[in-house]
Amino acid sequence: MRWLVAAAALGVLLVLPAVLNSYAVTVFIFIFFYAFLGQAWNIVGGYAGQLSAGHAAFVGIGAYTSALLSVQAGLTPWIGMLVGGLLSAVLGTVVGYLGFRFGLRGFYFVLLTVAFAEVCRIVALNTDAVGGALGYYITFTGDPRQFQFQDNRVYYYVALGLMLLATGIVAAIERRRFGAYLVAIRQDEGACEALGVNTFRYKMLAMVVSSFLTGMGGTFYAFYLFSLQPNAVFGIPLSVEIVIRPIVGGAGTVLGPILGSFILSPLAEASRVYFGQGGWSGAHLIAYGLLLIAVVLFLPQGAYPALRRLWARPTAR
Amino acid sequence: MAPLLEVTGISKRFGGLQAVRDLSFSMARDEMLGLIGPNGAGKTTAFNLLSGFLTPDAGDVRLDGRSIVGLKPHAICRLGLCRTFQIVRPFPQLSVLDNVRIGALARRPQMPDARERARAVTEQVGLGAKADQAAGGLTLADRKRLELARALATEPRLLLLDEVMAGLNPSEIEAIVGLVQRVNATGVAILLIEHNMRAVMTLSHRIVVLSFGEKIVEGEPVAVANHPRVVEAYLGEEYVHAPAR
Amino acid sequence: MAVGLTLIFGVMRVVNFAHGDMMVWGMYLAWLLATRAGVDPYLGFVACAAVLFALGVLVQRMLVDRIVDAPHEMQILLMLGVALVLENAALVAFGPDPQRVRSPLRAATIWIGPVFVDVARLVTFALAMALTLVLYLFLQRTDLGRTMRAAADNAYGALVVGADVRRLYAVAFGIGAACVGAAGALVSPILPFQPAGGLSLSVASFNIVIIGGMGSLPGAFLGGLLVSLAESLGAVFLSPSMKELVSFSLLIVILLFRPAGLFGRPAT
Repeated sequence: MRWLVAAAALGVLLVLPAVLNSYAVTVFIFIFFYAFLGQAWNIVGGYAGQLSAGHAAFVGIGAYTSALLSVQAGLTPWIGMLVGGLLSAVLGTVVGYLGFRFGLRGFYFVLLTVAFAEVCRIVALNTDAVGGALGYYITFTGDPRQFQFQDNRVYYYVALGLMLLATGIVAAIERRRFGAYLVAIRQDEGACEALGVNTFRYKMLAMVVSSFLTGMGGTFYAFYLFSLQPNAVFGIPLSVEIVIRPIVGGAGTVLGPILGSFILSPLAEASRVYFGQGGWSGAHLIAYGLLLIAVVLFLPQGAYPALRRLWARPTAR
Repeated sequence: MAPLLEVTGISKRFGGLQAVRDLSFSMARDEMLGLIGPNGAGKTTAFNLLSGFLTPDAGDVRLDGRSIVGLKPHAICRLGLCRTFQIVRPFPQLSVLDNVRIGALARRPQMPDARERARAVTEQVGLGAKADQAAGGLTLADRKRLELARALATEPRLLLLDEVMAGLNPSEIEAIVGLVQRVNATGVAILLIEHNMRAVMTLSHRIVVLSFGEKIVEGEPVAVANHPRVVEAYLGEEYVHAPAR
Repeated sequence: MAVGLTLIFGVMRVVNFAHGDMMVWGMYLAWLLATRAGVDPYLGFVACAAVLFALGVLVQRMLVDRIVDAPHEMQILLMLGVALVLENAALVAFGPDPQRVRSPLRAATIWIGPVFVDVARLVTFALAMALTLVLYLFLQRTDLGRTMRAAADNAYGALVVGADVRRLYAVAFGIGAACVGAAGALVSPILPFQPAGGLSLSVASFNIVIIGGMGSLPGAFLGGLLVSLAESLGAVFLSPSMKELVSFSLLIVILLFRPAGLFGRPAT
């Protein structure tokens, strides 16, 4: 039954661009893209329970890497995407290693990730080779080999593809021992250790996969927006955008980040439209903050588990 | 036959406190060894030392001839030594079955395989009917069973049970005693910390008594129970020469 | 500033991510008072403290109270939400540009020995010290203060002996917020402030508190001195824009090597 619904939804999404105008397509692109990033975060933040508030760092690294490689070295971003992902994974390994080896949990780990993201941002701001405070720009050529497309709709399908990729990976993880271990680690690491789980190894693995995927997303970011500003691409607001979708939708679930994105992107867009003029540009972040508070207080597991309970017949797992 | 567990002269100091001092004992393959002593005697510290949650300052611990000092808890578990916690730590959001499955995954990386083993162990400890219940909602007695089941699922050769009967009423205790005996009968050596004297006496083949971090007596239950130093440790000097009932 | 944060953590074991943003509001309130009512921030800080105390209690009662027993991730997210709301409400209310408060004391400078000192900074320093002392005395000498310290040590025990722990939590949070409100006001004539500055203030607070030890007041105080020193030195030797780099790098190093700080108790 669930497969039928999923297949139908997918079918709708595949056909949608034919009937939507360009603006709506753009909205969907952002829904998919942020769902992708959120899903990548979900692995380490939702399943493993290691809250990272600095995931923008990986986006930024992926973005700058593929952009630089494309512009300076002529390397196609299709490969640059993998390189960007790899470099992001390197940073992820460093952050993970430092955090987990030194036993940083909860709030301390959050601070560590924020610190690293901010360091990246400041370094980028002060490095003229990558454009410094003015940012790095990519000239639009529309060449598919450069990961650029004339038609908005192609970006739609790429973003959709990314989202499905990440979701597929998360679903695969959840079905395996890796996923079961992560979920247990989130609840009690000590008990896991006593039961033979190498918590360090699995947390690191989660971090590496998460940062790699997020880094790949950076390439999409770079070649969709064509301009990289350190404050935007490494900044806390982007990290917030990444984190809030899985949290609101349901951290540690396969569909949570997707649901969250479908809730939040339209919300952000609407508040940008209604409040965007007249300097109320931060208004959607107020809405985010309120939503975050509301979720923590009333729906700590997120929207998706709540919905599932509403429709549930008890199912054996 | 070589002993399953050989503890030689382990010690642990915390700042000014010598929690465990020069502790040595050994265990045979199917043995049930009781570890008793007044509160603060160092029993749980000893467990932590054996299971890798703490590293001894000195001494050696050998499991089947292989030194496990300095190994992390998960590695020690993989080698066959698994422990439970005095204050039980179920994974609250997982079902009973999923809890046990985490243990089973240690030896059976494939999920369906692990699930099968988990189901078997869950039945074995008597939680079969509650397999799909969330662990967070269980009674204390059931949580103790769950703790035992999880550890058992890792297919240990040696099981460390830390006060598995604490907080249970007499009928629950009787049930757990029976369960522990049955587990031991399947060939799993068990080292148990327990305050319930009746249970310890019933279950143990041998007993080691700790006081202030040191082993003061070791031997068969009856001998230990009447040993003057044991009486002294628990009840104080005046009772050593108290008239027998 | 840091003292307030450590108080909140020490008593409630909740980390206030919104700390920096609350301080920003303190600054803006002082600015409002100065520009609309002509009140000098060195007097107006009392009002700022009072308003923020109320805000703190409100936040605590309505929000934090509900999740005191929840897993840490939830607490973090909650305060993050509060931070977002505060920061962007300030953005909406006051606009993104940096502001400064004018105080008649600002222009004056005096000689102290061989050093040329800004009177404004001197007054800020003196008042901050005085407030810290007052807080310290409050915690050591008054009944309420002592009960708070008891609750910080052992919340359950405090409950047992009849302390109204929930009220204590509210007061502690309120005082913490008041500290930061006062701090904001006191600093407003010296530093330019903007809504986006909340994060770096939060980070600075965390830096200080982590160095000095979470939950320790003397630690927070010493930590404050140490961190300011480090940052000033950093600003002297490196370019100003890299100053932030120093504080973040410092944070990373501290997190790795001494998360309990000099005097602190480890977080659960």
